[in-house]
Amino acid sequence: MNAAAIERIGQRKRTDLFFRVLATGSAAIVFVSLLLILGTILWKSVPALSLSMLTQTPKGGFYLGKEGGILNAIVGSLELAFGATVLALFLSLPLVLYLNNYKGPRSKTAVWTRFFLDVLWGVPSIVYGAFGFVVMLALGLRASLLAGMLTVALLEFPIMCRAIDEVMRLVPLELKEASASLGATRFETALKVMVRQSAPGILTGILLAFGRGIGDAASVLFTAGFTDRIPTSLADPAATLPLAIFFQLGTPFPEVQQRAYASAAVLTLIILIISLAGRAMSRKATRHVIK
Amino acid sequence: MRLLKDAFGRRVMGFVTLIPGLLVLLIVIGLFLKSKTILGVEPLSRLLFSSAWHPIKGQFGLLPFITGTVWVTVTALVLAVPVSILAAIYLSEYAPRWVREAAKPMVDLLAGLPSVVYGVWGVILVVPFVGNVLAPFAGVYSSGYSILAGGIVLAIMTFPTIIHVTLEVFSTVPQALRDASLSLGATKWETTRHVVLRKGAPGILAASVLGFSRAFGETMAVLMVVGNVPIVPRSLFDPGYPLPALIANNYGEMMSIPRYDAALMMAALVLMVIVLFFNVLARQILVRVERGVR
Repeated sequence: MNAAAIERIGQRKRTDLFFRVLATGSAAIVFVSLLLILGTILWKSVPALSLSMLTQTPKGGFYLGKEGGILNAIVGSLELAFGATVLALFLSLPLVLYLNNYKGPRSKTAVWTRFFLDVLWGVPSIVYGAFGFVVMLALGLRASLLAGMLTVALLEFPIMCRAIDEVMRLVPLELKEASASLGATRFETALKVMVRQSAPGILTGILLAFGRGIGDAASVLFTAGFTDRIPTSLADPAATLPLAIFFQLGTPFPEVQQRAYASAAVLTLIILIISLAGRAMSRKATRHVIK
Repeated sequence: MRLLKDAFGRRVMGFVTLIPGLLVLLIVIGLFLKSKTILGVEPLSRLLFSSAWHPIKGQFGLLPFITGTVWVTVTALVLAVPVSILAAIYLSEYAPRWVREAAKPMVDLLAGLPSVVYGVWGVILVVPFVGNVLAPFAGVYSSGYSILAGGIVLAIMTFPTIIHVTLEVFSTVPQALRDASLSLGATKWETTRHVVLRKGAPGILAASVLGFSRAFGETMAVLMVVGNVPIVPRSLFDPGYPLPALIANNYGEMMSIPRYDAALMMAALVLMVIVLFFNVLARQILVRVERGVR
């Protein structure tokens, strides 16, 4: 081999090394940003995080830096996300079952429905908020827990459908045929075989949607309102954590801004717990899955 | 009885399946009906291309907001697309197995963090960084609340979307093709560039389009760091005022000024139409990819 050829190989090896470093560096950037976000939020929240913050509702002058906590927002957010997730599940499950049990994967209905779900998935949450607001005006409703739930349910609906659909598509045809050969109707197959077989995926979908619902601010801005009290009925306005964070950060007082950091930490912890619980639970739910 | 149940269940489920399509239609119609009052008074071209935003005088030019949205989104994509694709290349081609396994939940977590949390983080870290470090470095003054700060925060938010789709596309490239290339003496990078990237190119494009549609509708995180001044931005260090932020900021006062609510619903309609457009585009690309693979 002459010197020029050896030099060329050296050149190619250097290019290879360069891109290996570049790719590794990019992956590092992504993970460092995640750690940076979690670290900053938790570290900044330490001075303001206290028990009264979690167990009290805002007292008079809370937004000026006086006593109180964000219990109203924590409870409001949990109630809202819970209600929305239940509503979304009642819409998503029949839809996905219908697509996978009654319709073939390449049928027109299935293709178009999946397309519209993708569109809905990409619709910004502020547009859902605006749409919810339009509907509220048309029906003469006020901003309330119920209106917030409905709007967030619409937002969660495509997310949940997609997650459930992904696992239900994997239910083997043989399993459905076995069920049919035992004399089960399609409806029975759907409820007793397919739901059980894809239980882990359904759970993941529920938690994914719940996490998105509890963290979304733009859609509840118009529809759920904001209040210092814990909502007692569906017609009451409800406070939500993301909005509480937003409003606290918007005040000019450093003490209140500190509380915004603490509230953000609470929200982050809720999301962390949900994602850990999701992992643990989906492992448990695989018990009924036939491999 | 069981047959009856089956027939009933089928009807109900079939009906529910119509919802997504109806919902898309309903959103467009609902927003259009609400924005009709302003469309009747002002021509569409003036609404979209005028930069005069004086609600009290009845002037509703959406241009500053549209350009604000475009600036922030493009900045975010310029930052996010190369980093995400390189990170996906690392994860799919270079990384050892355990790194790949450990990376998945982390990417999911990044995707699951609420936008307000990103916003708070942006205010604590990114805004001072842009204002005190990057702006003096570039020789300009900036408060830090700027297009660039919005772009950085948004870029990090779109990482998971692009990485996820790109990884999926890479996993459809047959291992045999990689092996063939490597056995001919190509280096790892040459294999990646000539085999994996070439095969996956349309998929990467689709991933970027999806990232785009995720990024430009984002409201709260951007709203908190971008400054919200209704002017057409001239540089990355200027504040901007994207469409979603406009809608979110003004919901309180929109009922008190005539036609204000119609203008905001018009803004929401513009967002919706852009989402529809880009979804159709991404779908066209992905359908072509699937055909190519088969």
